[in-house]
Amino acid sequence: MIGRLWAIAFNTYREAVRDRVLYNLILFALLIVGSSIVFGQISLEINRIVLINLGLTAISLFGIVIAIFIGIGLVSKEIEKKTLYTVLAARPVRRWEFITGKFLGLVMTLTVNALLMSVGFFAAVLYVSHRLGRGDLQLVTAIYFILLEFVMITALALLFSTFSTPVFSSIFAFAIFAIGTFGEDLRSIARMTSGVTHWAMTGAAYLVPNFAALNVISQVAHDTAVEPKLILLNTLYVLAYTAAVLTASVWIFERRNLK
Amino acid sequence: MTRNWRIGTSCGLLLAALLTASTILVRQVDRIRDDEPLQEVLYIPSPAVVKRMSLGYSGLLADIYWTRVVQYFGTKHRAKSKQYLILRPLLEMTAALDPKLLPVYHFGSVFLSQKPPEGAGDPQAAAELVEKGIQQNPQAWRLYYDLGYVYWLEMKDSVKAAAAFDRGSKIPGAQPWMRVMAAALEAHAGETETATYMWTNILKSTDDDNLRKNAISRLRCLRVDSDVKRLQDAMDEFTKQNGRLPVSWQELISAGLLYGLPVDPRGDVYKLVDGRIQVAEPDHFPFITRGLPPGAEIGDVPTDKGFKVPKHLL
Repeated sequence: MIGRLWAIAFNTYREAVRDRVLYNLILFALLIVGSSIVFGQISLEINRIVLINLGLTAISLFGIVIAIFIGIGLVSKEIEKKTLYTVLAARPVRRWEFITGKFLGLVMTLTVNALLMSVGFFAAVLYVSHRLGRGDLQLVTAIYFILLEFVMITALALLFSTFSTPVFSSIFAFAIFAIGTFGEDLRSIARMTSGVTHWAMTGAAYLVPNFAALNVISQVAHDTAVEPKLILLNTLYVLAYTAAVLTASVWIFERRNLK
Repeated sequence: MTRNWRIGTSCGLLLAALLTASTILVRQVDRIRDDEPLQEVLYIPSPAVVKRMSLGYSGLLADIYWTRVVQYFGTKHRAKSKQYLILRPLLEMTAALDPKLLPVYHFGSVFLSQKPPEGAGDPQAAAELVEKGIQQNPQAWRLYYDLGYVYWLEMKDSVKAAAAFDRGSKIPGAQPWMRVMAAALEAHAGETETATYMWTNILKSTDDDNLRKNAISRLRCLRVDSDVKRLQDAMDEFTKQNGRLPVSWQELISAGLLYGLPVDPRGDVYKLVDGRIQVAEPDHFPFITRGLPPGAEIGDVPTDKGFKVPKHLL
């Protein structure tokens, strides 16, 4: 089983690399170097803050865009090209293994992409600050949270890919990402309602992914420490939520007639 | 010459020509639209809406807004504008997007409080901005200094200023001179001496280039104010002894009231025009309250001997 999962995951990664996904790294490098020079000249006292905000935002947004655009095609492309039936029928691969393998492959692609960007990002921070200190460990925490974002959005894109067309899947995925950034507001609104509305709103508020708690970019830009408890809880939350989304994906995919 | 080479060269030349043409056209369009009031447009006036639209990436948006503040202020300042219409909302927007961005309060309070054309001339707004900053960053002692500065130098309220310096002096890590400033203001010490003490300490305690430049400029202006007062005293003494105003510095030197030609911190000799003392280049001393040419200071009053520095400034 592990071997089959690994084979699907590695093939997904290889396909993504062949699709020139890593080309975004060049754009990222230009953005980081350019912003350091430009903001240094046209702004006041915020060189390092801009670099951190821009660098981490770019790592996050690039990853989310890649996750959505590749994620939505993971299943639908295989169906369209008629290769899915071959994989599932001709080889001893179960449907849940296919979904999980695809998911792991894309997460692997995004992790490699984010790590390469992080190397460039830290080099730029070192250039601007002249040294890296213990305080910069907070930046690693922010990057870890960004990776958790990728895990969730990949699972969601994959879920939409199991039952919808690529265009609608991308719209759904971007919408759910945007709504997820308002997760805390939704829960506040839910608390203000009563009766059936309260239960419906609360349910909806907890159903959407909580992306808000994973964004600590502003916080680390001001050298404010991230609580270890938040790291633990976010990790557990993402694992639970992603497992739930993958379960839903497998459930839908198992019921699909692929012939 | 192969076909591919010909196609490549033709396309390259055509591309270069078209891009050059479009650049020229954009420059022409910019020239026509030069007077468009784009600078005064806020696009989205609500900080709450902008924050929601940032999808959690509000830090980067705050940096962009802060850069817009700096550019807006710089452009207006260079044009010696008397109105900074969107400075306050821009600063409020930036502070709402990232309440921890301290330069917004440090520099924003100066931009807002200084009299036009040096700033927006709205010290009340500056004090409110810094108070908001203190609420969000209660451990940042420099913000109490900013507040004290606005109350003292721009609002002439030494009681509130002393209270601000005193509150700041109790924050861990605050510079010891914050307490001295509070005490000096409570004791109603001379304004010029207290200001000189404050700016000298700021100059000594900061590595920030902008702050150092500002402190040096402030200290030079304070020296001018002090010089002009000293020269005015000498002129008054001459008038008492001779029953008339002096017509040149030489008369004061001959009378033993001056040791030599008085020069400002840039090395230029002060002018003596119709009994009025003036700096040679007022533009080099943006914060002086004395030694300005006639009409340069709001509140200058005409007298039978031309313009004279108002009494409250002497």
